[in-house]
Amino acid sequence: MGGLADHIAQLVVNGAMTGAILAVPAIGLTLIHAVLRFPNFAIAAHATVGAFAGYVANVALGLPILPAVLLAFLVAGVVGVATDEVVLKPFRPRGSITTAIASVALTIALENVIRFGFGNELRGYDLPIERDWRLGTIRIGPQQVENLAIAAAAVAALFAFLAFTRTGKAMRAVADNPMLASIKSIDADMVGRLVSFVGMGLAGLGGMLIGLDTTIDPLTGFRAVLSVFAAAVVGGLGSIPGAVIGALTVGIGEELCLLVLKPEYRSAVGFTAILLVLTLRPRGILGQRAY
Amino acid sequence: MENYLIAMAVTGCLYALMSLGVNMTWGLAGMVNLGLIGFFAVGAYISALLTLKLGLPIVVGIAAGALAAALTGSAVALITARLRGDYLAIVTLGFAETIRIAASNEIWLTNGTDGLSGIPGPWRGTISPEMYNLLFLAIVAPVVAITYWLAERLTRAPFGRVLRAIRDDEPLVAAAGKSAIAFKVKAFALSSAALGVAGALYGHYTSYIAPEIFVPLLTLYIKLALLTGGRANNLGAVVGGFFVVFLLESARFVIPLVPGLSAVQGAALREFIIAALLIVILRLRPNGLFPEPRLVVPVPPQGRS
Repeated sequence: MGGLADHIAQLVVNGAMTGAILAVPAIGLTLIHAVLRFPNFAIAAHATVGAFAGYVANVALGLPILPAVLLAFLVAGVVGVATDEVVLKPFRPRGSITTAIASVALTIALENVIRFGFGNELRGYDLPIERDWRLGTIRIGPQQVENLAIAAAAVAALFAFLAFTRTGKAMRAVADNPMLASIKSIDADMVGRLVSFVGMGLAGLGGMLIGLDTTIDPLTGFRAVLSVFAAAVVGGLGSIPGAVIGALTVGIGEELCLLVLKPEYRSAVGFTAILLVLTLRPRGILGQRAY
Repeated sequence: MENYLIAMAVTGCLYALMSLGVNMTWGLAGMVNLGLIGFFAVGAYISALLTLKLGLPIVVGIAAGALAAALTGSAVALITARLRGDYLAIVTLGFAETIRIAASNEIWLTNGTDGLSGIPGPWRGTISPEMYNLLFLAIVAPVVAITYWLAERLTRAPFGRVLRAIRDDEPLVAAAGKSAIAFKVKAFALSSAALGVAGALYGHYTSYIAPEIFVPLLTLYIKLALLTGGRANNLGAVVGGFFVVFLLESARFVIPLVPGLSAVQGAALREFIIAALLIVILRLRPNGLFPEPRLVVPVPPQGRS
């Protein structure tokens, strides 16, 4: 009996760790949805772009993890702004559906740019091998703790940015009421670019954090995209605190389902969470109305 | 060479069938299906399993595949019918991924990533492979013709008019006393049934299906087919299906001519070109290369007042 309780405790801890990492791209997705108003599936490719940018920094240039993660954020953010400006922005006046389709095509295109350059093989980061820490019966890897700290710092920085800076407030204003924001002469184009940079940067950072736990390949982002969408939808699409709560819920839920399911079904658990939330409470935990 | 062309014609017919199915939802009703490959997979697996494991006739397998795809399609549409269109996009994409995960992991049923082989085909083995291709073309071509005819009838019927009205102004449909939800679910069921039939036929044609076949890229192929043909244009959907097969096959011949590319790079270049082309056409001709035909609706003569 004690064995099961310990096992569950371990799964909850693992889930909270996974959830914290998941929260980073989920915030990126929900931020883009709040301001630019479409589900941006290109979050998948940008997570992969970030993971590979971090890989180049860490393995080829020999940088430690922290600067590599920063580079993952910057590269994915810049690619995000560039592709949004060239590819997605012209679609936005035509509605969210057309833009969403274009974002899927963009994801496949970017993924193949990575595949062209790096091939299909699995790659791992250059990490020191460390012994797991033990807290009672629960085991925690030092790398996991570092990932958790990076994720928490990124989320905290974003909250501070949105709450205290003028630009952050402008973003929230456009998300809240674009008409009123334009009357107050907030430049929606500029805010859009900034949101693409921050949102896709977070996706890239999240992609690298996911990669630090396992390995990376051109499908790294795509494999995670369902869990990222699940986190955003469960929390309420468009709500940033919602994305954090949603990510923790989905992360812990996915781990607990390992009691009865094979690990391969992780994404399917996210999908089930999406279906449940859309059936019972479409606006999610903290979101706005969904119709 | 002839055999190759016949095989491509069969593939073209299957793409045309999927494209016709997707036209019902994306073209007419404006509903997006980013996981259409999932419904194709449901049809393929159900029909393959019923004929392979239970020994049922192929026709029964295909019908069951269509029915299963239609039922899952209705469920997906029902869950998202009241919500904004972007939720349907998320759920359909998730659906296709989940089907692929289940097909990869339920090894007792689907043989996992090794896939199902030896799926029966009509008179396979008793006739030459060339004759088999020709026979299969003689089966799928009428299926496409019948589906086209049905789709045209539905497009011109009140059913099709309501779907276009939902696409253009959903509240208006509700104001006219029509249940938009019921129409959307029906349209999605019909569309998924066509996808299921295409999947089932695909399995019986190639005799082999595996999870790796049902990748998101195929969804983009069909979107591209529909766009090149023209949205809400059934003839365009058929032409677009053949055009995409032509495009993919041409790329297969042209890309190896580029010097210094590895096999992986060649494949990546091909996928990149397809995705980029979809973006360009969607951008320049959002309603496709051929326009939606303007339907003239006969006004019934006014009764005596």
